[in-house]
This record gives sequence, structure tokens and C-alpha cells, in this order.
Amino acid sequence: MSLAFGTRKGAGATTPAAPATQHLLRRKRRRETARTLAFLSPWLIGVSVFFVYPLVSTAYFSLTQYNGFGAPAFNGLKNWDYVLDELPTFWQGLRNTLWLVLVMVTLRVAFGLGIGLLITKVKTGAGFFRTVFYLPYLAPPVAATVAFAFLLNPGTGPLNHLLGELGLPQPGWFADPDWSKPALTLLAMWGIGDLMVIFMASLLDVPQEQYEAAELDGAGPFQRFRYVTLPNISPIIMFAVVTGVIQTMQYYTQAIVAGKVASGIAGNSGQQFEPGYPQGSTWTLPQMVYNLGFQRFDYGAACVVALVLFAISMAVTSILLRRRSGFMASDD
Amino acid sequence: MTPSSTLTEPPARTAGGSAAARAARRRALLNWVAVHALAIAAALFFLLPFVFVFLTSVMNDQQALTTDYWPASWNWGNYGKVWDTPGFLTWWRNTLVYAGAGTLLTVLSSLPVAYALAKFRFRGRNLALMAVIAMMMLPPQVTVIPMYLFWAKQMGLGGSLWPLIIPTAFGDAFSIFLLRQFLLTIPKEYLEAARIDGCGDLRTLLRVVLPMAKPAIAAVALFQFFYCWNDYFGPQIYASDNHEAWTLSYGLESFKAAHHTNWNLTMAATLLVMAPVIVLFFFAQKAFIEGVTLTGVKG
Repeated sequence: MSLAFGTRKGAGATTPAAPATQHLLRRKRRRETARTLAFLSPWLIGVSVFFVYPLVSTAYFSLTQYNGFGAPAFNGLKNWDYVLDELPTFWQGLRNTLWLVLVMVTLRVAFGLGIGLLITKVKTGAGFFRTVFYLPYLAPPVAATVAFAFLLNPGTGPLNHLLGELGLPQPGWFADPDWSKPALTLLAMWGIGDLMVIFMASLLDVPQEQYEAAELDGAGPFQRFRYVTLPNISPIIMFAVVTGVIQTMQYYTQAIVAGKVASGIAGNSGQQFEPGYPQGSTWTLPQMVYNLGFQRFDYGAACVVALVLFAISMAVTSILLRRRSGFMASDD
Repeated sequence: MTPSSTLTEPPARTAGGSAAARAARRRALLNWVAVHALAIAAALFFLLPFVFVFLTSVMNDQQALTTDYWPASWNWGNYGKVWDTPGFLTWWRNTLVYAGAGTLLTVLSSLPVAYALAKFRFRGRNLALMAVIAMMMLPPQVTVIPMYLFWAKQMGLGGSLWPLIIPTAFGDAFSIFLLRQFLLTIPKEYLEAARIDGCGDLRTLLRVVLPMAKPAIAAVALFQFFYCWNDYFGPQIYASDNHEAWTLSYGLESFKAAHHTNWNLTMAATLLVMAPVIVLFFFAQKAFIEGVTLTGVKG
């Protein structure tokens, strides 16, 4: 993108214009600034009130002791010490997130690509299959999680029944700390529809001549995939990985609902549900913000976790911004 | 090469050709079978959860607790029972208000911003774009504590959905980004032609850009509607104290708790929460798929 107003400024510098023309130019420029501000105004307010202000406040609260009553009392880095040193749940949340990023994101991208490839090869009933593969993505996360808590329940759930019939082991899924994250992963695989569509579109964009050329050179299906398909769609894979990591950093609804349903404790039963059931295995940092802030009313500590979350998310976003110059594409 | 060999070659080539053609046809058939077998297997993985949820939703209370998966009797009344659950209609109404108002306001406030980012040239445009992307990637939990204190303590709007609806009037980063991506594809000749015809910026936006951007606006509206419909974190933070302000997503989970042994009713409720989004999808499939593609592929 060229610098803003670059051409107009340049024009003014090279041809010394008459004072009247200069006056007109200045007025035109002022008018353009005004219209830009007018069009941007909803978002300029939005960005200051819902982004800059709360971000600065979060940073400030992280340095104070505050429970919502009275005034926040400055206490330096005590919240940071507390969260990082005394809350093992913080590190557990970070480990769980790392697990989810490694396993869930990898499998989702691989499976999404696989389903995307499959749908481009389907000749009969492609519309039907595409709809079927896409539908679960639309299921509201709470509904999908409650449904999976039923499908995967260890005693009477259809999946364990089937595994039993096949003589396979029947895991405890959402009730077993070793299996709760795999159960969430299975749920995530079910909702692959968005990635399927993105991969499908990018696969159809690969120039057909490259496949033909590769075939003439004697490349088999695997080589064609490796040397033609992959290089062509690698920006999309990158995009899917980075946005997948960011989504996983925010992983909340499915984890908390699965824990609540599996443990049998719910929001309105009077019992307070400690997220992470069973044994902290589904505990993630966003739930920790909720738990510290809205269950324990320790806003200072909650803001420490929020800032960690912010730092990691923005680090990942910066990769996206650097790699995908397309994001900054402009019309000139 | 002898003349005889040239004479014998054409028939040989035809014979070999037809054999090759047959082999190719057999390979194509095998390939067709393999691809469709895989597709059917995958389809089962995606469909069976819906099938089991549906079958369980019409069972009686006892059977829903067994490993017997075909309904012994079809209790359609389960859906009526769920519908009549105290609060269910309220949750439904709240969700529609949140999703409806949220969608309308998001489109109205995001379109001019996206237009300016796509078509105006001004200092700081790159910076503004980076801020949009940063906001898009920001986990809502990062800013929730000050926002909660602001809405609940300062504005006195705790226990309502207003803290979720009002911000949609100030542009949504994802919608701005998606709309901008689309508006970039509108050739600037159209805009110049409109200017020559004497259209102001606002008129150009409403008369020229808006009709052309209909598919993108439809996609943004759908995404926002689904986002609000599915939102669980927002209502949990702002509305959980007030039963009257619950949404379907938040209510469904408490429904499960209240009926903790009744998987049949829970599954009926689950399907009732899923149904509207799935019905909407069938009406607006094209817009939705185009929107997904636009976010991912057209950098």
C-alpha cells in the first residue's frame, strides 16, 4: 500500500500551485479526513471502549488487590507471584492448553484436510456428503457437548456399548482424567465442517495443469499430493493452524459444560462447580479467569491470567500477520 | 522398421488400447467404490450422533437409561414436555432478541467501517487494519473483568443481556474484516462512476456498494446470528444471576442438571436448541459456505 495521501502530497510538491488551488486542496483533504473519521466512528468508539480501555484496566487490576468492593489497592507484583508460584492450577491449565494445541489442532487440520480431499473426489451425491460433513459444525457448542456427554457416557453411552460389542476397552471419557481431553478432541473432530469447506475451496483452486504435468512426469497419487497439492495449499494449512491455536487458547464452553454434565453439578443447583472436572484435566486458562474472577472474586489474580492469555494470543496473531500478507492486501 | 510391422501395428495398438481402456475403466470403478465407501464411513461418523440423540429423545424415561437404542415406544410428547418447562420460552425469546438485535446492529455498524478500510486511503489505515485483526483474535476473557465491572457496577446492567447487545452497535472485528475482504473485490470504477454521477459517499455506500455486497452481508449476518445463538460465556457472565435473562445455551445446561436422570428430555431439549440453526442453514446454505470460504481462502 502506498502511503496515505502520498500521491496528492507529491503532486502538490512538484507543481507549485496557485494559493487558491492550494486552499482548495487543503479543504478537500480536510473533507476527506472528516468523511474517513465519520465512516470509522462506530469502530473508533468500539476500539477505545471495548479494547483499549479494558486492556489497560486489566493491566492495572493485575497490580492491585480488588474484590469488586471499595477501591482497588495497589500491591505490586503480588498477584503475579501468587498465580505463578502458588496456584498449581495455572501450570496445569497451561499444560492442558499445550496438550489441546498439539493434539486437537494437529488432528483437526489433518482430518479437515482429509475430509476436504475426500469431498473433492466424491462423484455421486457430493452435495449430500458435503452437507452431512458440514452440519455438526453448526451445532451450538453447549448442545453438542451435552449430546457428546450422553454419547460418551461410560455406562450406557452408545459408543462404549459399541466398543464393548467389539471387545475393545471402554474408556471413562469425560469422567476419566486420562480420557477427558481425548473426548473433547473427538467432539472437536465432529465439528470439522468449517475447515472442510476452506480446504475444499483451496483444493479446487489448485491449477489442474500442474496435476497433468506431474502425471506426465510419472508422479503417482502420493507424489502428486506431496509435490503439487501440498505446496499449493500450504498457506491455507498455515492459516488453519494459526487460527486453530488461537481458538484453542480461548477453549472454554465445551470444557466447562463437559465437566459440569459429567460431574452432575450444574450452575443453578446451589453447588459451586469448580471447572476442570475430572481432577483439573479439562481446566484451561479462560476457565481460570472465570473461576478466579467470578467465583472467587479475586479480580487481581484473574487479570494476571487474562494478561498471560493476551500475551500468548497476540504472539500467535503476530505470526499470522507476518505470514499472511494477504490480510493486508489493498486495492492499490 | 519393416513394412509388415507397420502393417501389424495399428490393430495391435487398438487391441492394447481397448485392454488399457478396460483396465482404466476398472481402475476408475474401483476408485469410485473406494471413495464412496470412505465417504459413507465418514458420513456415519458425522450423522450417528444426531441419530442417537434423536432416538433417545423419543424414548420413555426408563429406556433412556438402558443400552437399548431403538425406542420401544415413540414418545413424541417429550418435546412438548421440554417446551413446557418453566423458562424454556423465555430462554427462547431472550436468545432471539440477543441474536436478532446483535446481528442487525453488527451489520449496520460494521459496513461503513469495512468500506472505509477497503476503499478510502488515509494515514494509519494499515495500523487500523492490524487493530481489527488483533481484536478479532482477542480471547473475550482478556477484557472481561473490567468490562463486567463497567457494565454491572457502573452502568447497573448486570443480570441482563444489554452488556452483550450494546457493544454490537460499535462494529465487530470479525465482521469488519470479512466485509472488507469482500469489498476489496469491487472494482473502483464502479465507485468512480457513482462519484461522477454525483453520489456522495453515503449514497455510494447505500446505492452501489450495498447491493453488490449482499452475499457478504448475508454471510456476516449469519455468522453473527450463530455467534449470539451459541454464546455461552457472555450470558454466563452477565445473565446467570437472573433466571429471566437466560439464553438457550445457558439454560440448556441447567436443564440437564434439573433433569439429571432424564437423558430423553435432555436430548429432546438439545435437538430443540440445535434445530433453528440447522433450519436456517438449509435456507441460507450458499451465503454461509461463501462466507466460510471468504474468511479462509481469499486472503
